Amino acid sequence: MLAEMITRLFERSLDDAAQAAAREGQWLPALWAEVEEMGLPLALLTEDQGGFGLSFAEAGEALRLLGSHAMPLPVAETMAANQLFAAAGLALAEGPAGIARADDLTLSNGRLTGTVARVAWGEQLDCLALAVGDKLYRVPRAGWTIAAAGTSANFHPRPTLAIDWTVDAEAALPWCPLASGATVRAFQIAGALEAALDMTLSHTATRVQFGKPLQKNQVVQHELAKLAGELACATAAADLAGEALARHDVLGVAAGTLRAREAATAGAAIATQMHGAIGFTREHRLHLYTTALWTWRDEFGGQVSWAKLLGSAALAAGGPGYWPMVTAL
Amino acid sequence: MTAIPFPAPPADSAEVVALRAEFRAFLDEQLKDRTPRQRSDNWYGYDRGFSRAMGQAGYLGMTWPKQYGGHERSAFERAVIVEECLAAGAPVGAHWIADRQSGPSILKFGTEAQKQAFLPRIAAGELSFGIGMSEPDSGSDLAATRTKAVKDGDVYRVTGTKVWTSFAHEADYVILFCRTSGTPADRHVGTSQLLIDLKNTPGLTIKPIIDLAGQHHFNEMHFEDAVVPADMLLGEEGQGWDQVMSELAFERSGPERFLSSIELMVQLIEVLKGRDSDAAQITVGRVTARLAVLRRLSRSVAGMLQEHQNANLQAAIVKDVGALFEQALPDIARELIDCEPDPRAAGAYASVLANIVHNSPSWSLRGGTREILRGIIARGLGTR
Repeated sequence: MLAEMITRLFERSLDDAAQAAAREGQWLPALWAEVEEMGLPLALLTEDQGGFGLSFAEAGEALRLLGSHAMPLPVAETMAANQLFAAAGLALAEGPAGIARADDLTLSNGRLTGTVARVAWGEQLDCLALAVGDKLYRVPRAGWTIAAAGTSANFHPRPTLAIDWTVDAEAALPWCPLASGATVRAFQIAGALEAALDMTLSHTATRVQFGKPLQKNQVVQHELAKLAGELACATAAADLAGEALARHDVLGVAAGTLRAREAATAGAAIATQMHGAIGFTREHRLHLYTTALWTWRDEFGGQVSWAKLLGSAALAAGGPGYWPMVTAL
Repeated sequence: MTAIPFPAPPADSAEVVALRAEFRAFLDEQLKDRTPRQRSDNWYGYDRGFSRAMGQAGYLGMTWPKQYGGHERSAFERAVIVEECLAAGAPVGAHWIADRQSGPSILKFGTEAQKQAFLPRIAAGELSFGIGMSEPDSGSDLAATRTKAVKDGDVYRVTGTKVWTSFAHEADYVILFCRTSGTPADRHVGTSQLLIDLKNTPGLTIKPIIDLAGQHHFNEMHFEDAVVPADMLLGEEGQGWDQVMSELAFERSGPERFLSSIELMVQLIEVLKGRDSDAAQITVGRVTARLAVLRRLSRSVAGMLQEHQNANLQAAIVKDVGALFEQALPDIARELIDCEPDPRAAGAYASVLANIVHNSPSWSLRGGTREILRGIIARGLGTR
């Protein structure tokens, strides 16, 4: 039911004009108000924490819908931030929130200073769930200024924040925000690939060349099959990451996020190629998804960092220990 | 949205966790003398003694009714046994086909007498099966099958040739896909399945087909007016196509579709131990992520089969993506370690690498070629 509500909301309020405005860095207050009214920022909380107690599958579907509609606002980040705040016993966000980890910040006489790079919509946020070492801070908007501008591959703001804040909201870190971020991005990638497959199926069914629809060509059918394989892998990878996050298993998150990132790369390439030149334009909506995939696959820890984390654990397990490690993921 | 559901596999129950631990101990003992090179044979290692040990310990026919020698356990419990065997490089060849597809087909379509005659012996690890589908002119295009079985009183007289039958020279039976009426132009209409006794069928000759590695797994089976008792018909005459398609779903989604080269990964990690570079960590990390996700997809299909859902599309996806993975491993290894593959090397790594290099091309051919699978997936997407 939540999925239907989200779909209706996005179909109504997230049109091409809204996407174009977001690409210019303009916040979408009306859309955000509707997102809050629906309670989406609380979607990952248990009922005890003030959420809806969604099942794992329902929460995953909500996150995938953020991807399949190319949601430009930091809804997934706010959901993840609130999940961290609730687990840590900190107050929930009262607006859009970000999540970040920055271990090189300085804490001196109760004052936290330093920079946090590339926070989505950093200027417009209400607060930031910030991990430093083994602490989680709830940094309010007054606690930072914008140090430098930054832009994502899908043209949304990623400014660097200069934190200067007298700590008044801290707790023990329940788990790493990068694991949360990588996990929600995995679901968003799976959602964006669903949309990309749909568009590619539709385009190749209606586009006629040499007297027949593109998808009557076997070579095109085989590319569609490969795209479906990448979608299947991304969906399973997101679920794997989500289950691992729930048991605070960072290696499982690494496995899930890595495979989702690979699927983003391969899937975006196939979808674009199958669309031909129109897929390379802003006239066709495919670009919303390909540019989002090229954004999300590199956020919340890079592919190299996650691969080194998982790979070094596998190498440490050794040959005989390798398979038991895999079955534990 | 185009949904291709891969339902989440359930978390391992306490029984599954216990079974895995118990079975790992069983394998440690059974395989203690098996070399890395032998382990790298994976599902095409053949050892009747090992299969009998599996049967005696209750690890075959896991999901079948107890009245036929089975153990009435879940598809997930069977999946644990299967994946642990493959990961450890156990020589499963003597029971592999029987436990995976022939037994389930007999259970589903067989007569009571056939069930009683075959299933307990398969579950005991005593009866070995091969597959009798492909022909010289009918590989991917299975419906073009020519092998003909003509009813003559209480026997069928079979004429034709089957190829690529793994272990026909060792096994006891194959399930033969053949035509009981009409011609190849009738396609899937008029086809049937017969249980063929490989050791005792007058008119059947079996000749080896040596593969490029110099190994004898494949065979050609030539039937010349071979006599098969009519009560060896499996299921209904004329329903062979539907029966064989149901058999293929069991064949396409299992962990053998991504674990065939796992021993190379194990040996690669051993070689890299203590001198792992950034490149090694990154590569091993990415391989591990792919493996973990494939395993999840395969377990998801096991769950669908357990619930008797149609998983043909999902199974084709698992096999397509899985073959890409297991075939990529030799090249991934070559990017990290300089080593000339040597099939007769004493050292583990060079001999395992050679075995995998030699055998990996077959993994996107057997059980449905990559091209056939992608056609199945494309049809599932509604494009044809």
